[in-house]
Amino acid sequence: MPILASLLTEPIGVAHYMVVGAVLFVCGVVCMATKRNALGILMGIELVLNGANVNLVALGSPYLRGESATLMLDGQLMAMFVIVLAAAEAAVALAIALNFYNNFGSIDVDRANQLKG
Amino acid sequence: MQSARHSTPMNPATTLPTILAIAWLLPLAAFALVWVGYSLPQMAGGRASYGAQRTAGWLATGAIGTSCVLAIVALIIWLTQTAPHEVATVHETAAAHQAASEHMASPPTSYSGIYYTLAQFGKLRISIGYYIDALTIAMFALVTLISTCVHIYSMGYMHEELEDMVDREIATPDGNYYHRPGRYHRFYQYLSLFSFSMLGLLLAGNLAMVFMFWELVGICSYFLIGFYFERPSASYAANKAFIVNRVGDFGMLIGLMALWSCLGTLDFGDSNTPGMFSQLRSEAHQYELDAAAMGSESADTNYLLLFVAGVGLFCGCVGKSAQFPLHTWLPDAMEGPTPVSALVHSATMVAAGVYLVGRCYPIFVPEALLVIAIVGAITLTLAATIAITAYDIKRVLAYSTISQLGYMMLALGLGGWAAGLFHLITHAFFKSLLFLCSGSVIHAVHTNDMRQMGGLRHKMPWTAYTMLIGCLAIIGAGIPALGIGLSGYFSKDAIIEQAWSFARVNESSGYQLLMWLPLGGAFITACYMFRLWFMTFTGMPANTERYDHAHESPRSMVGVLVLLAVFAVGVGWHVPGSKLSVTSLLERARPAGTLETTTGTWLPNLTVPDEHLSHEPQIAIPAGWSAFAMAMGGLLLAAIIYVWRWLRAEEIQQSFSPIHRLFVNAWWFDQLYDWMFVRPALWKSKFFAGIDRYVIDPFVNLLARGTAFLARALDLVVDRKAVDGSINGLARLTWDFGNSLHRLQTGNLRQYVVFIVVGLLGLFAAVSLCWKYALAG
Repeated sequence: MPILASLLTEPIGVAHYMVVGAVLFVCGVVCMATKRNALGILMGIELVLNGANVNLVALGSPYLRGESATLMLDGQLMAMFVIVLAAAEAAVALAIALNFYNNFGSIDVDRANQLKG
Repeated sequence: MQSARHSTPMNPATTLPTILAIAWLLPLAAFALVWVGYSLPQMAGGRASYGAQRTAGWLATGAIGTSCVLAIVALIIWLTQTAPHEVATVHETAAAHQAASEHMASPPTSYSGIYYTLAQFGKLRISIGYYIDALTIAMFALVTLISTCVHIYSMGYMHEELEDMVDREIATPDGNYYHRPGRYHRFYQYLSLFSFSMLGLLLAGNLAMVFMFWELVGICSYFLIGFYFERPSASYAANKAFIVNRVGDFGMLIGLMALWSCLGTLDFGDSNTPGMFSQLRSEAHQYELDAAAMGSESADTNYLLLFVAGVGLFCGCVGKSAQFPLHTWLPDAMEGPTPVSALVHSATMVAAGVYLVGRCYPIFVPEALLVIAIVGAITLTLAATIAITAYDIKRVLAYSTISQLGYMMLALGLGGWAAGLFHLITHAFFKSLLFLCSGSVIHAVHTNDMRQMGGLRHKMPWTAYTMLIGCLAIIGAGIPALGIGLSGYFSKDAIIEQAWSFARVNESSGYQLLMWLPLGGAFITACYMFRLWFMTFTGMPANTERYDHAHESPRSMVGVLVLLAVFAVGVGWHVPGSKLSVTSLLERARPAGTLETTTGTWLPNLTVPDEHLSHEPQIAIPAGWSAFAMAMGGLLLAAIIYVWRWLRAEEIQQSFSPIHRLFVNAWWFDQLYDWMFVRPALWKSKFFAGIDRYVIDPFVNLLARGTAFLARALDLVVDRKAVDGSINGLARLTWDFGNSLHRLQTGNLRQYVVFIVVGLLGLFAAVSLCWKYALAG
């Protein structure tokens, strides 16, 4: 794997952060796909979002990409938005989870199949 | 051409058109008022009350009465304000005539102009104009006077129409008589419209306007004949009159076209542009008829065009004046109320044909005049023979009218312009008198059949003796030696004299007949008129029941009879102490150049004599005495048969039965026309109706059925299978696709996440491939 090999030898750059973001993203997706507990899925979502945030911050950083190639503060701002949205989403999702629990006495997402076609 | 006396403040050139226009339009105003005030509400379902209907009658009578006063004012203005024309004095001798002939060649005083231009198409100008000469003035006074008399008379005669009317001629299926609301106002409405149209016809300044009003009087005649339109005979008679007149009008249109296309104008007089008369008889041409004015290269063509124009115009007059061969409508027209017969179908409208021939006299070539004379001679004999066998009192008078119109046409055709028009005026008075008397009789006995009358002079003396005056006037009673007589004496003698004069200059035997026929006609006229009078008023009552119910008519009717009787006696006389008479008035209107002795171009031996030659003693005396003898002979024959009864009418009928049958059936003209025109027309229409029903209808039906079949086939094949099938197939496909997709919706959240991831990866792979090959590459 020549790309991975070069990662290990080169100084820390954007590519390294992206690898971390990708690992976080995949962890989140796997978490979402495997957990039956709704709270676990919410955690997976947070992981996916944060994986994306790492990418955004890394790509927007002037330190990592040099003055000329920078996106200035755009990446960081996008990340801030994602964090705010994640907070809002978490609030809504928790409300849904609570309601779900009230109705079914459980938060097992496999039982939430009322909308199947 | 105007009067030299311009010093008087009243200029007839401006006052006369104004006065006559007012007199002309007043009846139209009355018509409009009655129509808006009475007929429209009745059409909307309302019913005019007794008093309201009376008012309508007074309105119309007031209008025509005012017109009459205005017409008389116009006559007085004419007599006082215009200088008598040189021709005006009736020359007693040929010598005087010769002496005056130098002055003759100048046109009569006339005023022509335009009230209103309706339209101008290139050269053709259609306008409401006027042409006023002594003839117009005289006819205006005549028509308004008789019309006023008839209006007043009708107030009594038509009183049954004031309230609900029971028509005893019509039986309804349930055995009763037909009931309907009265139509008094409608009668007056039509009378007003007729008066307006007739006056317009007299005043008209061009032939186009004449034609318009010609048709208007025709439609009024149609309305009035069909006044009792619920009776089948009346509606049939109205249709017959209208259709027969169209035949004549066709010829008239041809005449108008010939004139217009050649002369470029239909105006009588000169106003801005030269009129027909001055073009055809120009001053440069000594007022002789100048065929070259017709504008074609060859003289023969010009003459032919003039002949066609003359005969064409005369065709219209044949229809309107009920001349042979279009005379059959007039006897049937007696279905109308009797005042209408008096006004429209004897005195004025049917005389319009004679008037038009007289008005257009300058354009007739001698050959056209010969046609007029021959038609007139045939008509007067034919109608007179029919009249002696008729039993219907109004039919006798109708045939007598046809016969007298024949006399007028004959006179005009033989060159007797003044004689013909003079007879028109005297005839109008005594014939309206006779008709109104017959109306009075019918009013009293409720029948037209003279066999049901008899002895009525004891019951209704006024009617009887005024009618006697009328009969004496129509036969031309007078004393030739003293030169006094009733009006008909003067006018009929003038005609016989002219015929005599014509026969003297034209030797051939055919032309002699044109003298003998009117003489024979005079005999028959006296015979049938006194047959009528004797059968109605003398002898024993034939039907005592009807006799007992008979009564003299109301004062309004009798008064009119007396007034008309006075005119019937005196209209031929000179005004005491002057040379003024109807004849001298007419002489003032004699068209320029028509007083010459002329010969035909195609018929060189045809000579139309100068009218004044007929006053020479060697013509006037024998003609006057023979006319007198003929009239007295006829009167005697009637007296022998119907008063002294030396001969019995039935026996004469037996011994001359073929001739009697011919006369009783009116020479089978109705049957002949029925066979020649009516039946072929009916057959033809039946044939074409058959083609319509049995050929065209089935064909159309077949097409329709074929189309319906095709439509059904297309419906099955194209619509159901192709269109519906494709739409349904698409729907089923969509349904099946949706159905197959619904299995993906498992409701399992985690599975969705896997789908998302797999989809994302798939998209990523696809985009990277595209990137590589399509974009980056």
